[in-house]
Amino acid sequence: MNKKVNISINGFPVEISAGKTILEAAEEQGITIPTLCHHKDLCVAGNCRVCVVEVAGQNRLSAACATPCEEGMEILTNSLKVRNSRKQIIELLLAEHNADCTKCYRNGNCELQTLASEYKIMTQDFIELVPLKHASIDSYSPSIIKDDSKCIRCQRCVRTCAGLQGVNALTVAHKGDKMKITTFFEKAMRDVVCTNCGQCVNHCPTGALVEKNYIEEVWEAIANPNKHVVVQTAPAVRVGLGEELGMKPGKSITGKMVAALKRLGFDSVLDTDFTADLTIIEEGTELLTRLKKALVDKDKSVSLPMATSCSPGWIKYIEHMFPDHLKNLSTCKSPQQMFGALVKTYYANARNIKPEDIVSVSIMPCTAKKYEAFRPEMHDSGYRDVDYVLTTRELAILIKQAGLDFNKLEPAKYDRLMGESSGAAVIFGATGGVMEAALRTAYEIVTGREVPFENLNITPVRGVDGIREATIKIENPVEEWAFLDGVELKCAIAHGLINAKSVMESIRAGTSDYHFIEFMACPGGCLGGGGQPIPTNPEIRQKRAEAIYAEDEGLPIRKSHENHEITKLYKDFLKEPLGEVSHHLLHTKYTQRERY
Amino acid sequence: MATSNQLKRVDFIFRNENDWEKILSSTLQRKPQDLINELISSELKGRGGAGFPTGLKWKLTAESKEKEKYVICNADEGEPGTFKDREILSRVPYKVLTAMAICGYITGAKRGFIYLRGEYKFLLPELNKVIDEFDYYCQETNLDFKISIFMGSGAYICGEETALMESMEGKRGEPRNKPPFPTQAGFMGKPTVINNVETLVHTFTIFKYGAKKFYDLGVQYSRGTKLFSVSGDTPKPGIYELELGMSLQDFVYEFGDGDTKAVQVGGASGFLVPRKKFKDAAIGFKGKLTGISLPTGGSMMLFNSSRSMFNVLDNYLEFFREESCGQCTPCRVGCQQLLLGIKAVKRGEKPASYLDKLLRLNETMQYTAKCGLGQSVANSFSSIVENFREEMIY
Repeated sequence: MNKKVNISINGFPVEISAGKTILEAAEEQGITIPTLCHHKDLCVAGNCRVCVVEVAGQNRLSAACATPCEEGMEILTNSLKVRNSRKQIIELLLAEHNADCTKCYRNGNCELQTLASEYKIMTQDFIELVPLKHASIDSYSPSIIKDDSKCIRCQRCVRTCAGLQGVNALTVAHKGDKMKITTFFEKAMRDVVCTNCGQCVNHCPTGALVEKNYIEEVWEAIANPNKHVVVQTAPAVRVGLGEELGMKPGKSITGKMVAALKRLGFDSVLDTDFTADLTIIEEGTELLTRLKKALVDKDKSVSLPMATSCSPGWIKYIEHMFPDHLKNLSTCKSPQQMFGALVKTYYANARNIKPEDIVSVSIMPCTAKKYEAFRPEMHDSGYRDVDYVLTTRELAILIKQAGLDFNKLEPAKYDRLMGESSGAAVIFGATGGVMEAALRTAYEIVTGREVPFENLNITPVRGVDGIREATIKIENPVEEWAFLDGVELKCAIAHGLINAKSVMESIRAGTSDYHFIEFMACPGGCLGGGGQPIPTNPEIRQKRAEAIYAEDEGLPIRKSHENHEITKLYKDFLKEPLGEVSHHLLHTKYTQRERY
Repeated sequence: MATSNQLKRVDFIFRNENDWEKILSSTLQRKPQDLINELISSELKGRGGAGFPTGLKWKLTAESKEKEKYVICNADEGEPGTFKDREILSRVPYKVLTAMAICGYITGAKRGFIYLRGEYKFLLPELNKVIDEFDYYCQETNLDFKISIFMGSGAYICGEETALMESMEGKRGEPRNKPPFPTQAGFMGKPTVINNVETLVHTFTIFKYGAKKFYDLGVQYSRGTKLFSVSGDTPKPGIYELELGMSLQDFVYEFGDGDTKAVQVGGASGFLVPRKKFKDAAIGFKGKLTGISLPTGGSMMLFNSSRSMFNVLDNYLEFFREESCGQCTPCRVGCQQLLLGIKAVKRGEKPASYLDKLLRLNETMQYTAKCGLGQSVANSFSSIVENFREEMIY
């Protein structure tokens, strides 16, 4: 193993591990070869051809992303032949691309624009193809807008949808000049198997796939003196937002973000983490109840394993792909929707504001949350529970438009009610976080003791593997839960829908014996969500995860059931977990959907 | 100077001998290594157009330690102007099947597929009958080799070997990155020999008559015979088996109508040779002694002086614009630009010098396209534009 090969790059000899591509070898040497279709999350395509390099002795150029280094290779990454070819390929892409950059949502963060600027493409000699084609814009989805005129056919979205997510909503159709990225029978994204996860948006190099933004709507609400605008922020936003504002990945900026939101004019800046803690109480109780029914009452109608339901991309996925297993889902709404339902009931009541005067905005690392807020069942407060969902990227746009110098902001604290949270809620943003938070609480309810892990860090459930398993043995439980004595609670975590798929297949086949599974639609969990800053890649996700766990360790409260505001909420309003009010406001039902 | 032999007509391929069972059983008595050596010594090169040494291809696949391997007969004959494989499959199909079985024996493959061009669906009933007979023979003689037909769906690109395999795997027919080559990871990621129909029939000839007989035909670097599909302005269109290495001049003497202006050698992805270069051009693989050597899948289209070379090129480019799979930039956008570009020059919307920009684009396509399709559009484009520039403009 670890064989080395000797090659030379631009005349300088180097030793490279065998099996590395020319692109990787060059990167190690500090040489950037431009790419468009290449992405570290995805399989190699080699179809944009922007990364071509010259290999001595070969007339044709080789795609650096797809060509492994071989002994003795002499590689030129910037020869005249390479430059001329590369420049011409960029020109070709521009001829096919609707390069109306000033009117593009991705203006300023577009890989094609950057490349065109680097290569100083100042004229367009080739014939513009955009006016000759009747490219369509699909804006029917509440989450995603697809503009074919900006598509450069790199197929990153297709590989994302298939390889990363196993959804296959986006595919390639037709050939030659008519080749395009589309859906089943060219239906609207809204009408197909699309989970709205937004990974395609996050991986698109241009503006062909973008989130549907609600920036103007939110500004209008803020400007309306008759409206009380409440904003909630999801756990993963605080570790991503900084990247959009020029910081390095891995910075948690909760306090500054809260300060910025207050300056933007929101009437109350609250935390989705509050309802993440609430989710743990409801979902944890639901799990224990299911276990009791299954193990003590021998009730066959109880579905185990119980699957988490916080990720709306995952929810839509299971509704399409595994509708026979909807009973396995926890009936808990996601923290966003619990928050929405409470804002227009509990909060409105406590603050003495009419619910119809409240505009409820949420900041999410997610595009599927936009869709979730639109779901007809999400009106349990009597109004639309969440009015507008903005992604992390849209929040950054608000901050820039308002002219706020982020660095000069003094950190601020969330408002109350519904602003307090625990470390357990913060880690919701990372894969394994919901599981860890649930275990911290459930274990303590059952045994009266803290989880047996140093500093409450349940490390076995953390990490980046697509599917992880952990077993926790329950010993000496308190009297109420005595029946769980000696039970080994089997847990699994899956993130990225392709991994969710393989776990679900094992459940369908009856070969899994899990009790509780955390599913997250996006790789890395919410911190790698489709609404997070672009680019997102394995290294950046790692950095964001580190920031999340650091934030958890730094908080005074680390367990959901110790959140004082949650205790007060139950005392004043909900009365008990899974009680009647909870059932009405915090729980939901699911719909079987078609599989195309 | 190219050789100025008279054309040598040969008759191996369609010779109907009905002795395939004998050839198969006697060949299977011999050691695989000997057979590979024989094939290598014949210097047979792939007849689909690319000219990869067949013996080497079989050898590489045979050397692989993988248990599962495949033999594929590429019958997706889509190059404009070729129709020889259709003829082989309707007249001497058992030669193809025998050759596939021998290849399976040598390489260790137990499964063979014929990837049949979508438009050749009418060949199916007869072909299936022959395959059933062949199957019966295999069962009787305990030969563990099974052949089935996979129908193409009409995409030109699926004649490209890796796109063909993608298509067989149920995916979209798009060429793969190479390496790995099919001999390492082909159909279903397993080592695969993929040969053109005609190539397989030549191996039959070689195993029957010996490598020497084959090697003695043709010229250096281009041994043996080749089927030519002759069409266009000719009094005798059809299929002819000729020795390789002939000069184009001799070919035109034989097949021209006395007014031949140019010959397109190798179909739309081949080269157009104008009258003044007939003498210097020889039909065979690269490495020939002097002059221009023109590799070909066998398509020979003759044009007389009544033909507009602009129309010819326009027609090819329409074809490529539609038949590019669309995945790589140089081919997808390049083909559209070439087509729109020559039209714009013709209409006077672009200056004549725009042709030079297109020729540079052509070069980029040749250097950077992912597969043979995009790379070889340059062949016809540059040979037509450079030789008939005035016809492009006026």
